[in-house]
Amino acid sequence: MDRMDRKVVIPGDLLSEEAKRSGEGTFVKDGKVYSLLYGLANYRDRINVIPLAGKYVPAPGDNIIGVVKDITFSNWIIDINSPYDGLLHISEFPTRINADEMSKYLNLGSSIMTRVKDVDSTMKVELTLNDRKLGLLKTGRIVEISHTRVPRLIGKGGSMISMLKKELNCNIFVGQNGRIWINGGAEDMDLALKTILLIEKEAHTNGLTDRIVDFLKKEKGARN
Amino acid sequence: MIAMDESNISFFKEGLRLDGRRADEPRPLKIEVGVLARADGSCYVEMGGNKVMAAVYGPREVHPRHLQEVTRAIVRYRYNMASFSVEERKRPGPDRRSNELSKVSREALEPVILTSYFPRSVIDVFVEVLQADAGTRTAGINAASVALADAGIPMRSMISSCAAGKVADTIVLDPMKEEDNFGQADMPIAMTPAGEITLLQMDGHLTIDEFHQAVELAMKGCRDIYEIQRKSLIEKYNHLEAEPVLAQEAEVL
Repeated sequence: MDRMDRKVVIPGDLLSEEAKRSGEGTFVKDGKVYSLLYGLANYRDRINVIPLAGKYVPAPGDNIIGVVKDITFSNWIIDINSPYDGLLHISEFPTRINADEMSKYLNLGSSIMTRVKDVDSTMKVELTLNDRKLGLLKTGRIVEISHTRVPRLIGKGGSMISMLKKELNCNIFVGQNGRIWINGGAEDMDLALKTILLIEKEAHTNGLTDRIVDFLKKEKGARN
Repeated sequence: MIAMDESNISFFKEGLRLDGRRADEPRPLKIEVGVLARADGSCYVEMGGNKVMAAVYGPREVHPRHLQEVTRAIVRYRYNMASFSVEERKRPGPDRRSNELSKVSREALEPVILTSYFPRSVIDVFVEVLQADAGTRTAGINAASVALADAGIPMRSMISSCAAGKVADTIVLDPMKEEDNFGQADMPIAMTPAGEITLLQMDGHLTIDEFHQAVELAMKGCRDIYEIQRKSLIEKYNHLEAEPVLAQEAEVL
């Protein structure tokens, strides 16, 4: 990423005189584009402001990691690291199960990889497990970072995350809600955890991928 | 000027105020962003003798449930004075005065917050006055506005707040305790950098001309405060950006 096209802005900052360049995190008033957020402004065709903090708001299609916090008749209530709870209906479970046997499949505290199926205007969040990639997480660890750091952890076209998977010898799944599932050897997972927290801390800096490669080389060298 | 005769205070010495300021000069302002690890956004402000801490939580689930709004987030603002913030120990807990300040401060900030982005949720703002020296509500609003930005809450603009007052028949900016207690008028305002006023209170007496003069002066104070709010927010990340680069260079050496 180029140093020149990113800049820290605060709410109300004038970003452009052209209303059509208004992107995410911006608003238009009197034909001019202003920032809605405290974050990094990205000047492309459109101007987007990427927040540096904030809560995850679910959107349809997001792959996320949730934890079962309650079971009601025919619904699991899922904590999705957001102001809003997710609802996983019994019919969204891949196999047919009885309402009185729900806790046999997903009990309180179970972690699941799930997808947001639909969000309505009152923020009722419907989840689904109907995909082979989705389901209960039985092994591995889960780390939580701010969801605003997720794009940086994935990198441009997945460059960062594929590098991490290769270098760390771990299976990593990044939920859009900022929860990350890591599965691998105990030592590899320790390093993965450290690396992810480092990426979270330095997410807004330039040349991060190269620095992380160096960091991993050094850490691995110390281990051998 | 009865109060003045009784207290026998002269507010000006050789054209300067008791603390050495000119009439249109604000007190020194210090703003620190992100000082609390547990809050989603936070800010510490020193405005002259005032020391104020603001913490923002949310958007989060509303408790109690019946306060929830289906189409938008609600904003709760709690202004609270620490018992040790004033000379005579203040009885802790909410009272008439802090309830009123909580309400007007909330209404000063709410117009710029995009509450419709977070239906059925709440944005909690807590403002603790650690040390009071007149103008705690304005210091609290300044801190809360920065803390809201720090929490990543979408806002149309920042809010800055400043008071003007009248002492010894002169309009002064940002009155301190002595001027507030024994002066003729105190008028706090809050506004956006574009000049839209979201809070305007006054006690004491001002003529219409004096009132206009005081609003102008307080607005000038707000604009200066806005620049400091802005600088402190931007510095938080420029500072962090410089650090890792330096560390890397040190390794090379």
